[in-house]
Amino acid sequence: MARGQIGQPLLEVRNLVTRFYTEGVTIHAVNGISFTLNAGESMAIVGESGSGKSVSVMSLMRLIRFPPGRIEAGQVLFEGKDLLQLSEEAMRRIRGNRIAMIFQDPMTSLNPVLPIGLQMTETIRPHLGLNRQAAREHAIEMLALVGLAKPQERLDDYPHQFSGGQRQRVMIAMALSCNPSLLIADEPTTALDVTVQAQIVELVQGLQQKLGMAAIWISHNLGLVAGVVDKVAVMYGGHIVEQSPVDELYERPRHPYTRGLLRAIPKMDGRDQGRLIAIDGMPPDLRYEPLSCPFAPRCAYVVAKCHAELPTLDEFAPGQTTRCWRTGEIAAMQFHESLQ
Amino acid sequence: MITYILRRLLVSIPILLGITVIVFFVASKMPGDAVLAMISTETPQAEDLIKLRRGQLGLDLPIYVQYFRWLGQLLQGNLGFSFQTGESVIDMLAARIPATIELMGTALLIAIVIGVAMGVVSALKQYSRIDYTFTFLGFAGISIPDFFLGMILVYLFAIEWHFFPTSGISTAGDAYSLSDNLRHLVLPAFALGLVRTATFMRYTRNSVLEVMNNDYVRTARAKGLNEWLVITRHILRNALIPVVTVIGLMLPVLFGGSVIIEMIFQWPGIGLMFIGAVTARDSPVIMGYVLFSAVIVQMSNLLTDIAYSFLDPRIRYD
Repeated sequence: MARGQIGQPLLEVRNLVTRFYTEGVTIHAVNGISFTLNAGESMAIVGESGSGKSVSVMSLMRLIRFPPGRIEAGQVLFEGKDLLQLSEEAMRRIRGNRIAMIFQDPMTSLNPVLPIGLQMTETIRPHLGLNRQAAREHAIEMLALVGLAKPQERLDDYPHQFSGGQRQRVMIAMALSCNPSLLIADEPTTALDVTVQAQIVELVQGLQQKLGMAAIWISHNLGLVAGVVDKVAVMYGGHIVEQSPVDELYERPRHPYTRGLLRAIPKMDGRDQGRLIAIDGMPPDLRYEPLSCPFAPRCAYVVAKCHAELPTLDEFAPGQTTRCWRTGEIAAMQFHESLQ
Repeated sequence: MITYILRRLLVSIPILLGITVIVFFVASKMPGDAVLAMISTETPQAEDLIKLRRGQLGLDLPIYVQYFRWLGQLLQGNLGFSFQTGESVIDMLAARIPATIELMGTALLIAIVIGVAMGVVSALKQYSRIDYTFTFLGFAGISIPDFFLGMILVYLFAIEWHFFPTSGISTAGDAYSLSDNLRHLVLPAFALGLVRTATFMRYTRNSVLEVMNNDYVRTARAKGLNEWLVITRHILRNALIPVVTVIGLMLPVLFGGSVIIEMIFQWPGIGLMFIGAVTARDSPVIMGYVLFSAVIVQMSNLLTDIAYSFLDPRIRYD
């Protein structure tokens, strides 16, 4: 299996378009996103609800059900193959095996009527070709790896016998059990207590580095992913509006939406706080194909061109791309601000 | 678990008592009585005969006294004797129960197998032509009374095409054979079962649709399981749990339906016996039938709840 060298592209998404068709309405959920992820690298996709982050990763796993959803265009090159061209059978051998996912809500993501051991071994056996006994032993090893106490005694327990944090550990063990080269974590901590959140993030990050996996973190929590990933893609209205190395993004956000997002994070010390800062206006209406900048109606830097034409995705600095007509001007303004 | 079952059994005693009280008093309000059903008023000395016979059967006593006499017998394990024939009610029931179980069991099986299969297909192909067809058939099934369907089946398959016999449980005069018995079973079982498939179909369809959108089904697909495993192990295993409840709810309906169907097809089960008993105002037989069906319904509700705890590990009765 082509694991790929660290630093070599593992996943290349090109111009991915996904739409949903319901009751005569077309929802433009993902409007041509592109990004590259190297082997062993980790990135975050952040954005508000409905920005298309979950649909994007579900699309590259080909888990969009038709009806109502359909992947309309694009390429997803993974380990040298275009996943969108594979047969369903070949795609199944990749899911859970080469690309694994963990989901937002561990309370509902495990089947309540099956013991966790079965839910793990049903993945392990076909992908790794192990017999029942070997698969069980492997499952016990994985549960030990994610820090579940006495895993051999808990293999035949049902999901309701675990706490939320434990269940997410089980989900992680399940996802990592076939040693995937890419792990997708779709808001893995949103449904958990704050104290457990940090443990889970640390666990996944540690295992990701230990096993040399690449990872995509989906989150709406900019603070949570800051210390975990190498680069960040910000999604808005089905577009990636900015993609930057993580430090660059936090220190010098280029896109007006990213700036708004970062300003909206409440400060821990609560000084100069007053009211929480929000971005004015409403999220874009996904029923219309965006022909102009989707953020223009809410943007403080808007000019006439923003309403007329969809900005192109341009590289502003190495590894840093934005989809904004005024990136250069805004950067200059930032520079002046920083001097004053 | 054992204490739970015992508690449920204890609770069912007052329920059964209540049912017998209500049925006994309501039945006594039917016009006429067993003696009038047997002795024509045109018989010479009819009045004396009627009085005599009423005295023998205890029908001249106040109704609550009659009830407590019946209850007293019941506590001694005796369901009394038929007013018409003098036969023991327990023996009458015992002789006819196998035929009713054969009919109801087959009907239930037909309803479950066809109904669940149609429901699953309907849900997996939601809003497809096949879904709409099944939904239409389902509504038709719910709307058609079973006696009407029974008559149509008899007309088509027995009278017009001679595929199956019109009535009875076996060909009169012939030695018993299973194939002959099954040939007689087909029409009444389908008449009783087909109209109930709709209920199973609707429940199954809704349940599958609900489960299909659960997160754990998405997890199963994301793990790379094949579609067959996703459907059977992850969708159906969960979706069919509530359908088990429907079986429990269906039993009383089937008892009611089997009375009609047994009459149309002259199926010699307890339903046919019950109709005869009602016509003859034969209250010991009526009460025997009512008590038996009430016990069965109670038991099936209990069994449903016990089955639940095996199917869903989250449910525990301690």
